[in-house]
Amino acid sequence: MLIYESSQPGRRAKSQAPANTETPASIPASLLRKQKALLPETGEMQVVRHYTNLSRRNFSIDTHFYPLGSCTMKYNPRGAHRAALLPGFAGRHPLAPEVHSQGFLSCMYELQEILKDVTGMKGVSLTPMAGAQGEFAGVAMIRAYHEARNDHERTEILIPNAAHGTNPATAVMCGYKVREVPVLDNGDVDVAALKELAGPQTAGLMMTNPSTCGVFERSIKEIAEIVHEAGGLLYYDGANLNAILGKVRPGDMGFDVMHMNLHKTFATPHGGGGPGAGPIGVGERLLPYMPTPIVGKEDKDGEETYRWLTDQDIPDTIGKLSAYMGNAGVLLRAYYYARVLGREGMHRVGEFSTLNANYMMKKCEEAGFQLAYPGRRATHEFIITLSDQAKNLGVTAMDFAKRLLDYGYHAPTTYFPLLVPECWLIEPTETEAPDALDGFIEAMKSIQKEAEENAEMVKGAPYTQPVRRLDDVKAARELDLVWKPAASEE
Amino acid sequence: MPYIPHTDADIQAMLETIGVDSIDDLFDEIPADILSQPLSQVPEGISEMEASRLMADRAAADSNVACFIGAGAYEHHIPAAVWEIVGRGEFMTAYTPYQAEASQGTLQVIYEYQSMMAHLNAMDVSNASLYDGGSALAEAVLMAIRANRKSKSKKVLIPTSVNPLYRSATHGIVENQGISIEEVAFCSDMGTTPLSALEHYAGQDYAALVIQQPNFFGCLEDVHALTDWAHANKMLVIAVVNPTSLAILAPPGDWGEAGADISVGEGQPLGIPLSSGGPYFGFMCCKQGIVRQMPGRIIGRTVDLEGKEGFTLTLQAREQHIRRSKATSNICTNQGLAMTAATIYTSLLGADGLAAVANASATNTQTLVAALTEIDGVETVFAAPYFHEVVIRVPGNATDVLAKLAERRVQGGFDVSTAYAGMDDAILVCATETKNAADIQSYKVALADVLSA
Repeated sequence: MLIYESSQPGRRAKSQAPANTETPASIPASLLRKQKALLPETGEMQVVRHYTNLSRRNFSIDTHFYPLGSCTMKYNPRGAHRAALLPGFAGRHPLAPEVHSQGFLSCMYELQEILKDVTGMKGVSLTPMAGAQGEFAGVAMIRAYHEARNDHERTEILIPNAAHGTNPATAVMCGYKVREVPVLDNGDVDVAALKELAGPQTAGLMMTNPSTCGVFERSIKEIAEIVHEAGGLLYYDGANLNAILGKVRPGDMGFDVMHMNLHKTFATPHGGGGPGAGPIGVGERLLPYMPTPIVGKEDKDGEETYRWLTDQDIPDTIGKLSAYMGNAGVLLRAYYYARVLGREGMHRVGEFSTLNANYMMKKCEEAGFQLAYPGRRATHEFIITLSDQAKNLGVTAMDFAKRLLDYGYHAPTTYFPLLVPECWLIEPTETEAPDALDGFIEAMKSIQKEAEENAEMVKGAPYTQPVRRLDDVKAARELDLVWKPAASEE
Repeated sequence: MPYIPHTDADIQAMLETIGVDSIDDLFDEIPADILSQPLSQVPEGISEMEASRLMADRAAADSNVACFIGAGAYEHHIPAAVWEIVGRGEFMTAYTPYQAEASQGTLQVIYEYQSMMAHLNAMDVSNASLYDGGSALAEAVLMAIRANRKSKSKKVLIPTSVNPLYRSATHGIVENQGISIEEVAFCSDMGTTPLSALEHYAGQDYAALVIQQPNFFGCLEDVHALTDWAHANKMLVIAVVNPTSLAILAPPGDWGEAGADISVGEGQPLGIPLSSGGPYFGFMCCKQGIVRQMPGRIIGRTVDLEGKEGFTLTLQAREQHIRRSKATSNICTNQGLAMTAATIYTSLLGADGLAAVANASATNTQTLVAALTEIDGVETVFAAPYFHEVVIRVPGNATDVLAKLAERRVQGGFDVSTAYAGMDDAILVCATETKNAADIQSYKVALADVLSA
């Protein structure tokens, strides 16, 4: 039932609003609202119960193993959440004077320094509000760099065809044409093809490493050389940073600019699809173009003070990406996480996420599932393909995924990357114990058996969720995006 | 090991299963010369107790201030229930609802959110939210250029009375796509954008006119006349609105003869803490006819194979994970958690409660203005009626005055000179429903003190 459908005219949560006051007479009548907004009318306990019950219709990390590939669904520490909601942080106005902001600014400054170290970059700006915005900032900086050198012929961004959809969408938002680079059967970029494609028209290359194929790009140094020799810059999509945290730094691989998804690698909550944070790191060449604001530190009369660096400090900046400084509350959570983890903890993230993925991959193989890239190491994730099951049993990767929900596991990422048929991208993360991984494998074996014995049953899954499979075609054809009262339905 | 549950026995057993001797062996595909050295700038790890102490100390350093700043982010009372529920792991630690059957909670909340936003704005449809108000305006500009069938223009008109922080974010986001933004001056007496300032653009080809209500100065624009003018000149109207104000002010769908075409704004006033500027969320509503040009996630109500009601992502053909380089935007998330908070907040307040918040804020700001202007030399700058923010003029330099107020733990308002040349003595002040008579009196005493020093 919708909150609207339990609404009763005149019902209120009285204690939540100020005593009713009049609208000031100074506001002209013509500018006032004529008809009361159609919002729910209900009581406080009714609201609490409604949304508490809705929350129970969700899978989440706190309730289920959630091995969604490329999303890094690791444990989100409660301590970080509590810290970010401390009154001094939650109540700080974004435009508060610097003298009232030293606590917050010191956290941001130190987070910048930590992120520089773990990525091998020379500068960090925390302001992008999501990975996609970090990508946007990064490509906009690449463009600013070329333009500052009067190099106007560079109109293309090269992107491996296994890349996340945001990469090409971002390149276009920054005014570039996209050229796709093929990926070989072993998951590596086709270096020979890249050589053909790179040239004076190349502004840069965007890639993820480990790639979306779940393998480490072994020819990364050669790729960097080819792009740099052609005069382009290298963009690192930080989606898979968790795999290599503390093991390899994008800066050392030759990347010039990158974003980090703090909602993945730094354990901030995904929140049902946001908010995230997508800080960017840059090498020497792009330092002058970083988006503002950035936090700087000064030594004033022997005392360390922090202040905002703005357009005056960074005159060639690509500018601002949001009204203030991005998702500050997410950044505080990431800072807390980084401090608790510390140096040693960072190294272990890459190690144990990789250990868990390789263990699961081996177990999958032993159970008879087909690996997309056999013979390769898994990184923090790996791909299996269910194309045999689809062909021989008529049970697709989606059917397997839906049935998995009945076993109490969230499905891995399905049908991505697009170039592997009937695929699952599986990412366990380092915070899962091996017993959870074993349970998942047992469920898969069991579904395989069900698919062989009773394919129709599997194709009808799920059976235990609040709803069965939904009619997406109806949803798109007969758009129902907003509740309307029965009387006004056309 | 923080957050890693493996025992030594686990590790040994797992390595044996994999068939390697050590965890390091799993990294043998990485060229050895690029493997990391130990990190040097990351401090040693600390316990939860130590981290909590550290954060509490830093937060405390920024506390105990009286905030009279608005400028797009407003201190409102947030019912305790809002973040208690939002903080439930089932909402907070879920991901994008790609597996609809296992995400009905999140999906239904978004559907309810879309309904509330559409009704509050008196618009046909809403998306599931964007990053914040500033980036929502940028996305609205891009959308208007795609959606305006009567115009081939890649130019948009934006009055300078629109929030300068939104204008700079918009500029940064759209400029690489060959889009130009033409700024329209406001009337320096009234603080609003008069039709006379637009006449110069009549008959010219622009994709859209942006109208903010209340505008950055808190002043109320003649939204009906501006909307009709834009439509008569074949421009779409992008409304930028404060959601609290919509409980009492004419909603964008009711502006002029035909209503605004796209409505965006900052969702923060609906139950989101100030939190240094984020995470907030941007809302976006539009007319039915242009819904396929809308960026961001959209949820639809449908049925399952047994005919039971359910909710699912829809119109995904607009989005980056399907359309890649031809998507309406590169955005792939919404601000799910902040949007969930707003949905619960709006349910708790209802239309009457929200109107009470709006009225109390408007009234308190009037009280504040009356108090401050009793001080010699302090006066209001603009003559137009206002909602809950006002530009005041102080004798002397606003930056200096604000710095001295800060020494007294008063955040006196937004320094208008940082965004508008020639307004060196102007401060934008705001008193929401959270301020009482004593708070307002303290501000007055502090300001009088600063000015007499």
